[in-house]
Amino acid sequence: MVLKIFMILAAVYFIGIFLVMGFLAYDIMLDFTRDPLVLVCKLSIYYLLGDLVIRQLMQKIPVINIRPLLTLPVKRSTVVNFALGKTFVSFFNIIHAFFFIPFSIVLIKHGYGGLSVLLWLLSMWLLVYCNNLLNILLTNKDSLFIVFLIVLAGLGAMQYYGVFDITVLTGPFFHKLYTTGYMFALPLALFVLLYIVTHRFFLNAMYLDTGLKGKHEEARTQNFTWLNRFGLMGTFLKNDLKLLTRNKRTKSVLIMSFMFLFYGLLFMTGGIDVYDNPHMKMFGSIFVTGGFMFTFGQFVPSWDSAYYPLMMSQNIKYRDYIASKWWLVVVGVSISAILASFYLYFGVETYLIVLAGAVYNIGMNSHLVLLGGAFVKTPIDLTSGKQAFGDKKAFNIQGFLLTLPKLVLPMVLFVCGNLIGPQYGYIFVAVAGLLGFAFRNYMFTVIERLYKTQKYNTIAAYKQKN
Amino acid sequence: MIQINNLRKTYNGTTVLNIGHLQIKQGESFGLVGNNGAGKTTLFSLLLDLIEPSNGEVKLKDIQVNKSEGWKPFTAAFLDESFLIGYLTPEEYFYFIGELRGQNKATIDALMAKHTDFFNDEILGKKKYLRDLSKGNQKKVGIIATLIGNPELIILDEPFANLDPTTQFRLKKIIRELADDKNVTVLVSSHDLAHTIEVSDRIVAMHKGEVVKDLHTSAETLKELEEFFAV
Repeated sequence: MVLKIFMILAAVYFIGIFLVMGFLAYDIMLDFTRDPLVLVCKLSIYYLLGDLVIRQLMQKIPVINIRPLLTLPVKRSTVVNFALGKTFVSFFNIIHAFFFIPFSIVLIKHGYGGLSVLLWLLSMWLLVYCNNLLNILLTNKDSLFIVFLIVLAGLGAMQYYGVFDITVLTGPFFHKLYTTGYMFALPLALFVLLYIVTHRFFLNAMYLDTGLKGKHEEARTQNFTWLNRFGLMGTFLKNDLKLLTRNKRTKSVLIMSFMFLFYGLLFMTGGIDVYDNPHMKMFGSIFVTGGFMFTFGQFVPSWDSAYYPLMMSQNIKYRDYIASKWWLVVVGVSISAILASFYLYFGVETYLIVLAGAVYNIGMNSHLVLLGGAFVKTPIDLTSGKQAFGDKKAFNIQGFLLTLPKLVLPMVLFVCGNLIGPQYGYIFVAVAGLLGFAFRNYMFTVIERLYKTQKYNTIAAYKQKN
Repeated sequence: MIQINNLRKTYNGTTVLNIGHLQIKQGESFGLVGNNGAGKTTLFSLLLDLIEPSNGEVKLKDIQVNKSEGWKPFTAAFLDESFLIGYLTPEEYFYFIGELRGQNKATIDALMAKHTDFFNDEILGKKKYLRDLSKGNQKKVGIIATLIGNPELIILDEPFANLDPTTQFRLKKIIRELADDKNVTVLVSSHDLAHTIEVSDRIVAMHKGEVVKDLHTSAETLKELEEFFAV
């Protein structure tokens, strides 16, 4: 219930941002350019590409809901129209109206031609819906958003370094939607075409043994015998390795963890003034090596939610189970620390901050993250990749409170240490990590006790599938 | 082997299980029958410490299940698909359980080979993850996995449901063999009276959370049970 409210708050927040941007964008842009509409048209290509990336990541297409309709006396074509129509009222489409409509009103107020603005608005709106249809067509292609993301980043980088400016080509096109009275036919035609293609695609796929079947990937038996030397821990690690690599949801965790490696660039390059100070650098460095720890660790044990009764009744001791998850997090942090060695490019000090953060992550945060996990009682559907951000129920107040020692404490330690001398910042943070590591048996006992008291509630909660 | 004293489970004031005293001896083959909501699965979940008793205690070999984890090494269970790991192949799943129970790969291979008939060529080497198998085939994997590591107590909830007739016959044979082993205690629940009688020496009927019949299997058992359930 609290989390429903949380979701609504998030929606209201985004609507607010788009609305404010819609009304204020014109005046803000006037500082940079003579004609804000031209600038908006220039940026449109990025806007639409970015929209596509976000849709690929987050927008769910409810295909399965079609099944019960198949045997009802409704024409198949109507069912498809219904399914497609349903996606049209999605938040991911509506949200754009909160920017484009106020922006258009402002344009008209500033003397832009009313009919032309309306045609431009209509065109942009159609393009947003083209994105919607494209997303549906591409929905079953795994990880396609990375391709879009690379295209987006590539175009941005090329423009920034003056190699190639895509907006020179696309800007005038988007602007012509406004200046000419006939160009709107192009987005309209594109939309109609995409609708027909999507409609046909769905109509053909609407059989239980074709499109509605769900994909069966070919399975391979892997033994990972090199992990056998680690005994029981090896057994768990083998399983977790398969968990991570064979499920959509966990694959997105791996991708996110990788992206976190670069989050530190915002802090370490000195590019942003507010971030260019010791405590914010410490803050960033916790995330550089902690990406996997946060995205995976915070949902332990929910990753095993689908077979939690097995884990609770098999010949597994609680302590071993928790220890194995802890090791996994430690391996994750260590690999991140090695991959993050490119921060050496910004100087040894920079990499030392990252390493101090890694030690703190291993010693302190790994335990805190597992501690917070005991309160997460959301079953995770491993087969759905689009849940990653949409996990409304994953938010819990205990987990939130735990972020204080996770993030704020190292920042405080780092700043205090720096007051004594330049090296003491790293030392303070690292020593805190080492202390946590030294007391890990005690920490395990605390976590174990907590998991045990939560056991029955957790099993019951995991049984409740949405 | 199993001792139950004053066990009661209540949800929001509704008692779903209430067993004063029940003892199951080592080596016994025990069948549990009853309608939906009789409390069969609740009882099994309590035995495995998956739900918390409102009152009373369950002891497996004198170990109270909600106080110690010491019962886990000799107990194996398959209640439903939440005892399977969907993203593993059947082979990987067997090896995983095997490693948890301290069995080497060769032993597991031998076990799989022994049950090739039961798998009916639909399980092994099919390049499918467990989540992509049919319900019946998933069940076969779950049942055979409980045999790994020679557990002394095996708990199977509705093992006959979703299985085809041939497999039901083969399963009965497997359970019969286990029942003949005097070290192994087998607990089986079912809606099917005939199946249960065929594989059990002792049958307990439950109704609305209480034990209403406790019989040693004999020629008249089926008739007696049918009379009870024919309302």
